[in-house]
Amino acid sequence: MVKINGKETAADGKTLQTYLDEAGYPVKRIAVERNGEIIPKSKYEETVLCDGDKIEIVSFVGGG
Amino acid sequence: MEWKKMPSEMELKEALANRHGREIQQKLSAAGAAVCGLGGLGSAVAIALARAGVGRLHLIDFDRVDLSNLNRQQYALNQIGMPKPQALAEEIRRFAPYCSIRQSFVKLTEENIPQILAEEAYICEAFDDAEEKAMLTNCVLESFPGKYLVGASGMAGFGGSNEIVTRKILSNYYLCGDGVSEVGTVKGNCLMAPRVMLCAAHQANVLLQLMIEN
Repeated sequence: MVKINGKETAADGKTLQTYLDEAGYPVKRIAVERNGEIIPKSKYEETVLCDGDKIEIVSFVGGG
Repeated sequence: MEWKKMPSEMELKEALANRHGREIQQKLSAAGAAVCGLGGLGSAVAIALARAGVGRLHLIDFDRVDLSNLNRQQYALNQIGMPKPQALAEEIRRFAPYCSIRQSFVKLTEENIPQILAEEAYICEAFDDAEEKAMLTNCVLESFPGKYLVGASGMAGFGGSNEIVTRKILSNYYLCGDGVSEVGTVKGNCLMAPRVMLCAAHQANVLLQLMIEN
């Protein structure tokens, strides 16, 4: 299981891009962190989520 | 203390040291921050840091002061039309004349960020567009793993003060706001001064803490 934004999710083996597309995240408005490190946008397609990973997806909203 | 003439730099630093102690005053005086975006958030963050005695501020925005800004941004009527870095520098000089200010009247992009933000160790993301926020955040965290970034997301509307929080996302990235209150959504669909200032205060407070504790 992969912990995504605090929730245990069965996303093991999926690429990050696949997970984001399936979950409907607007890729242009997010930043993704895995196990304490930022994942570059260019690596979303090749990053494979593994059991035990802790993912934080920050979704930005407008205003400031 | 009556206003007779411009206090010297020494006198101003002394006044700050009398407040929060010599050690903190020296740390802040030696520190600097880049404020990206000088709207409701950025203008308030810059002013808070300048008042606290931060030594250097790099003020970055491509926009000019507009009448519609005045409901929440730290500008005045006589500054309408002025580039925001210039207007904010002018404001800051009225109470922190020895704060070293660098102005960049430019739009930050993936291409110019590595060069424009190279200098300061502390960066404040104070944009208002969600995609631009994401762009800056990703670019800064990828290009400068050694720098600190303090960003914001979600501060529209009124009330709900306790929903504005500071979250530590990475060891060098903090995010302030409620995370959800977007301009145009149901709960008060615009930016109003108190809630924006709450979020800005969170950002300035984190930056101050990082500068003091590092």
